[in-house]
Amino acid sequence: MILVVLISILFFGGVLAWLSEGLDSKYPRVIALTAVVIDLLVMLTLVGADAGDSGWIVQLNAQWMPRFGISFYLAADGLSVLMMVLTAFLGAVAIGSAWDEITEKTGFFYFNLLWTLAGVIGVFTALDLFLFFFFWEVMLIPMYFIIAIWGHENKNYAAMKFFIFTQVTGMLMLISILALTYFHYLQFGWFSFDYVDLLKVNTSSAIEMWIMLGFFVSFSTKLPSFPFHSWLPDAHSQAPTAGSVILAGVLLKTGAYGLIRFAIPLFPEASMTFAPFAMTLAVISILYCAKVAFAQTDIKRLIAYTSVSHMGFVLLGIYAWSEQALQGAVMTMLAHGLSAAALFMLAGGLQHRIHTRDMDHMGGFWAKVPRLSFVALFFSVAALGMPGLGNFVGEFLALLGAFKANIGLTVAAAFGLIFASVYSLWVIQKVFHGAYRNSDFDDSNLHDLSRREMFYFCAMMIGLIWMGMYPQSFLDLSAETIAQLLNETGQVLFAVGL
Amino acid sequence: MQDLIWLLPTFPLLGFLSLVLTSGNLPKKAVAVIGAGSIGLSFITAALIALEFLGSGETHFILEVWTWMAVGELTPGFSFYLDGLSLVMMLVITGVGFLIHLYSTGFMLDDPSYSRFFSYMNLFVASMLMLVLADNLVLLYLGWEGVGLCSYLLIGFWYEKPENGYAARKAFVTTRVGDTSMAIGLFLLFAQLGTLNIQDMLHAAETEWAVGSGLAVAASLLLLGGAVGKSAQLPLQTWLPDAMAGPTPISALIHAATMVTAGVYLIARTHVLFELAPSVQLLVAWIGLITLLMAGFTAMTQHDIKRILAYSTVSQIGYMFLGLGVGAWSASVFHLMTHAFFKALLFLAAGTVIHSLHHEHDIFKMGGKRKQLPIAFASFMIGSLALAAFPFTSGYFSKDEILIAALEMEGPGMLLWMGGVLGAFLTGIYSFRLVFVVFFGQSKGHHEEREVTGFSMATPLIILMVLALFGGWIQIPVDAVFSHGEVHEEHHISGFLHVVMIAVPLLGIGLAYLFYMSKTFSVEKLMAKPIAAALHRFWFSGWGMDALYDLLFVKPFLFLARINKKDFIDAIYASLVEISRVVHGMLARTQTGQLRWYTMSIAAGVVLLIAVGVLL
Repeated sequence: MILVVLISILFFGGVLAWLSEGLDSKYPRVIALTAVVIDLLVMLTLVGADAGDSGWIVQLNAQWMPRFGISFYLAADGLSVLMMVLTAFLGAVAIGSAWDEITEKTGFFYFNLLWTLAGVIGVFTALDLFLFFFFWEVMLIPMYFIIAIWGHENKNYAAMKFFIFTQVTGMLMLISILALTYFHYLQFGWFSFDYVDLLKVNTSSAIEMWIMLGFFVSFSTKLPSFPFHSWLPDAHSQAPTAGSVILAGVLLKTGAYGLIRFAIPLFPEASMTFAPFAMTLAVISILYCAKVAFAQTDIKRLIAYTSVSHMGFVLLGIYAWSEQALQGAVMTMLAHGLSAAALFMLAGGLQHRIHTRDMDHMGGFWAKVPRLSFVALFFSVAALGMPGLGNFVGEFLALLGAFKANIGLTVAAAFGLIFASVYSLWVIQKVFHGAYRNSDFDDSNLHDLSRREMFYFCAMMIGLIWMGMYPQSFLDLSAETIAQLLNETGQVLFAVGL
Repeated sequence: MQDLIWLLPTFPLLGFLSLVLTSGNLPKKAVAVIGAGSIGLSFITAALIALEFLGSGETHFILEVWTWMAVGELTPGFSFYLDGLSLVMMLVITGVGFLIHLYSTGFMLDDPSYSRFFSYMNLFVASMLMLVLADNLVLLYLGWEGVGLCSYLLIGFWYEKPENGYAARKAFVTTRVGDTSMAIGLFLLFAQLGTLNIQDMLHAAETEWAVGSGLAVAASLLLLGGAVGKSAQLPLQTWLPDAMAGPTPISALIHAATMVTAGVYLIARTHVLFELAPSVQLLVAWIGLITLLMAGFTAMTQHDIKRILAYSTVSQIGYMFLGLGVGAWSASVFHLMTHAFFKALLFLAAGTVIHSLHHEHDIFKMGGKRKQLPIAFASFMIGSLALAAFPFTSGYFSKDEILIAALEMEGPGMLLWMGGVLGAFLTGIYSFRLVFVVFFGQSKGHHEEREVTGFSMATPLIILMVLALFGGWIQIPVDAVFSHGEVHEEHHISGFLHVVMIAVPLLGIGLAYLFYMSKTFSVEKLMAKPIAAALHRFWFSGWGMDALYDLLFVKPFLFLARINKKDFIDAIYASLVEISRVVHGMLARTQTGQLRWYTMSIAAGVVLLIAVGVLL
């Protein structure tokens, strides 16, 4: 029941925010923040709760369309809870970043933001694949509006690109879901979209491979992984800051979550056959996108490409499919969620102040805005994998686990650590170091971080330090889920002799 | 008392935090007290712990503070491991570190970013202590990356100048290449041995791997990659001379006394692995020898006072590597310590010279400064004597031990020894070339300048002078660490070779005297010869390594980045869009609205259908 409450608060909060705009254009943001904070508090009651025999901390399974075997099946285990907390936390941060930036149609903006978050929470908890697909779409459409309405100079192109990429690959996933249900029907004589039922479906390995690929393409587009990444730089550079925060911090993680929860457990055999290819794509993502990132002059595009590069470590860890590798993937998701969100907020903050994203026009900001510069340095250093901060724990564990699965690819991926230092320090040099230059833009609005901004950034810094110094609080939450997944797939793989 | 070892990195970390959180709003006095005081407290704690540890007679001591992460077999903790080796390191870091902090309180007084400077310095010391006290390789890696970050921040401390930023990035990225090799080494060790706790890992390696086995070779090679990056040895040595862009106390602390010796520490710490891979250990010796010679030749040609010292650092670390390579573990650590004394002294004295002469770096624009800068002169005399291994100075004892160990080695020992002695000859030349040019001869420029010192700057210099002179008598308690396998004591080398080892550096000093003091030989005449001039250019450029790497790595990377800025993958999708637009246009053109066109296409379609029907 608690999961329904969590989603409903966001759905109704969104509607309420939209309606309240008629009274005062400042009400929506207050309502939105309240809804998200309430959600966050409710979620915290789930943290560390005992999962019991079923493996789920909470679950709700209600009939929906029994004729087609569709049920309203929501459940959360440790992994889901971690992802939900990240979502709500970054949701609050995103509202904070939109606080002053969004001044037009505020009601509809916060409506879209909350509905996206509701969709994401649904994705992280749905165990009926039909319901899962429903939430998958729910988070997409409001995000399309956020980019298309409140975006920057090229917003329609970017929004359309985002929409088409996600929609086309979403359709592939839908076909896969339907095919899987059909095979369930052939095998058992009745329809079911239930995750637990579908785990039992047996098909020939060729069919399994094709169905799995449908899921993989959809999830790896969201992640995104090379070669499906090219929507991301446009979406990020055009989206308003809050949109970027949600995109980088949360939406990308749904792709990784889908791989961990659905793509591999449903098709362990096909996935393990496919793993070397997936890991190769991961390595290409890491290296290629790091290189492209370095060449960018638009600071948001640059960060977007680094996101793809970092998510490559997640993909690598997932397909290495071992305890350390999966824990590494999950930690990278959390840590990257914070660091990328913070970097996009900084870039958005700069754009808000000086109306450009072009790094060729920036330089020497340290002298002018020392606090902002220090915060940027902190998150860049986190992104390049400095031990003591969360990203290191994630990437280190992912690589450590992947090394046992594939030495060559892991060694290649490790070069990403060098590239990460190249582009991260390059940003610091271009924007914050060097002599101050303001000939190319109006710097009258270039002031240091406000108290409200510092509050958000400090919260994220503390989060990253916590993850870096005592990651156990997070690792423990996902440990049980991961052990169970490994156990289940291990049995299947053992049975087929893989 | 030993239980308080966690305080060692904690004091500087607290110093860092308090300086960052107050973000430059404290008065300079308070910053100086926090900045230098935190290191002072660490030193006192370290000294007390050392006394207790040595008194107890234990071989090691472990303190587990908390488990960092526990995933499967991987359970690295924030745990400290104290033995003779880490004891020497922690005393050097906190002791020399404190002196340099004290010096900096005076040296940096006019800098507007006083607080930022000390916050980075404190973070550096905290990381460095983590590095040497870590009981597992993951925590060591934390310190390892932490000192790299601080090095980056401090080289680029004066960030307004783009070239400083360039030097800082070069240092970070070059060492990161080594760090990545080391990280891969950790993955390999963990995959094979199932633990990253240093002592357990070494023990497991000893029992599971045969001497010379492929895994031992691979693991020690990968760790060596990390060591050559951090310690600026061939082939990753190019970053260190440029790192001199930072304030001079940084060069003394990070790029001479402590951080750059981390590679030596790493190899000494994991020496069991290297003993399992004799080929790699021999490689360490050759890397050390080649680096020390190359850097020695380059040091003779430089004009910048700090670059001379930088190349001399590279060269001296080469000696430490040579010592490690021939199995003289404790001699290398001993040289690490004495080098920390005399090189810190030289850098701080150079700082005084530069500071007093308004940021003049070129030694040929100085001259005759011994009266004007008496403390710096005394420091340079003593430091250079120790550097050149003048008998009974600290450097003499440590270098002597390394060379004797090389001589005693089977096989290429004699060759390594001869190389090392040649290096000592070069050291004599370049160190006294600097002394003669700067402090003797005709006084040039900057006549009225007086030496800038004062209590905070003079005290560290005096203490370091004492240490550089008499540090060689210190007994370092590392026998228990390297107990097995060390080529041990009882030197029986011929008296003649010993005389050679003493005489050669003196010959070097003599040659420097003839060229730069008495001018019996003329540098100008020598340079007039084309071969000499070409050699000089080659050496001056650091053997063309920068240009080579530029050509091999930097330019191709930039080229690739430039030609694919727009991401060709995007172009593929764009062309999909373009194709559908073209097809759309073509199909749209069929919708003309003209009846005869439609009639004709219907007729054509019917004919086609009939044809298909008939033919099938």
